[in-house]
Amino acid sequence: MPDKPKVAFYWCASCGGCEESVVDLAENILDVVAAVDIVMWPVAMDFKKKDVEAMPDSSILVSMVNGAIRTSEQEEMAKLMRKKSKLVIAYGSCAHMGGIPGLANQFEREEVLKYIYEDSPSTINPQKTRPELKVISDEGTVTLPNFFNVVRALDQVIDVDYYLPGCPPTPKLLKQALEALLAGKLPEKGAVLAPDIALCDECPRKDTKPSDLNFTEFKRPHSTQIDPKVCLLAQSILCMGPATRGGCEGVCISGNMPCTGCFGPTSHVRDQGAKILSAIASQIEAKDEKGIDETLATIPDPVGTFYRYGLPVSLLRKKVK
Amino acid sequence: MTSANEHSISGNKWEPRIIAFFCNWCTYTAADLAGVSRIRYAPNARIIRVMCSGRIDPQFILDAFSRGADGVLIGGCHPGDCHYMEGNYKALRRTQLLKRMMKDIGIEEKRFRLEWISASEGERVKTVINEMTEQVRALGPLGLPEKFIEWDKELESLEHEINGKGDTVHA
Repeated sequence: MPDKPKVAFYWCASCGGCEESVVDLAENILDVVAAVDIVMWPVAMDFKKKDVEAMPDSSILVSMVNGAIRTSEQEEMAKLMRKKSKLVIAYGSCAHMGGIPGLANQFEREEVLKYIYEDSPSTINPQKTRPELKVISDEGTVTLPNFFNVVRALDQVIDVDYYLPGCPPTPKLLKQALEALLAGKLPEKGAVLAPDIALCDECPRKDTKPSDLNFTEFKRPHSTQIDPKVCLLAQSILCMGPATRGGCEGVCISGNMPCTGCFGPTSHVRDQGAKILSAIASQIEAKDEKGIDETLATIPDPVGTFYRYGLPVSLLRKKVK
Repeated sequence: MTSANEHSISGNKWEPRIIAFFCNWCTYTAADLAGVSRIRYAPNARIIRVMCSGRIDPQFILDAFSRGADGVLIGGCHPGDCHYMEGNYKALRRTQLLKRMMKDIGIEEKRFRLEWISASEGERVKTVINEMTEQVRALGPLGLPEKFIEWDKELESLEHEINGKGDTVHA
């Protein structure tokens, strides 16, 4: 009997939600397990790095790597998975675009470490002790991975074949991707495995979106009563639908919350944040600087809003010093 | 224009590189008028003609910076004069938000400017380009392409370290 195709999962700078989404396959996971051999999955199975190292190069059919790359350990593991796999899929927003960890690109490494080890309200560290990369003691040498200055998406570190978008990807998209892989019906390399349409196109509230939005203020979801049937933008709530790829079938919208952009842009857009900024700002009602600024002042955090998942892959990548 | 480019590329003497997006109906015509009138102004602005300031996608601006522009100038018709009625207002709204966002991301405000210059204001093209060139010169190079290379050196150094010793501890 021929070997079953080998599949690996790995996590880098991520929250564990992507792992959860694999489990969310529910009973379908049994079909997956029946069809493939899982050879690495740190969250669920006891395989070690050396097990993967011992495998021949390109012997894994596909590695699904989630999480951004923030440390040297993640870089090393990403490179190892690449070497041992025919295909690598960047799984979820962080691997795809840097994700939430990528927001740390608004700060330098030193600012992050200083806050965590010295300034944060819950820290008591009078000696200002910082973790060392290498500590030699009687018991031996202990090392820690290096913490990079820049957070990166997976394809900024290794070659990536496909992207499964989402924070996390939906079980439906994962199932479709696995079926396509096992059937050998693969799209062109570099494809994002989700429809190439904006979320607004598949939004259940599409018909209630007016052609002119004429924003005079932006409301935040917690501060207003949201009508569950009407376009969120029409209710002055910032929704990233116009510049975000569809395919999630509007899960957040169905939960009466706006899209925050986790599927990234469509293939026609290079920089998601710039595009959504453009779509939103151009529909402000005011025509003078003062009036425009007053409306814009109701967006408390433009970078965190428009680049929530994509700062590392944006045109500027990171805060300039 | 060419000489400024050569200088900055060869590294002899840095000259500010400014990308200027001018609308076809007003500011580009004004720049044309400046040329015909033999008005001399700083050669640092590379002018790109667009049909309307409202056509300037914020991606163009960020792309210019990411490819080595030190400043970006947008020229459009005065409020009320847009050939397409509302395009310049859209440009103004985007500019206001983009300015705020770029400040947060560490790009100095003076590197990005929006000006209304009508077709008859050839002299104003000169004033604005000269002013902006001097302001950007005072700020120094933005140099994003060089910064990107600098940022990614941490990967190279680690590559070396990983291949060199291989005793990194993993969880």
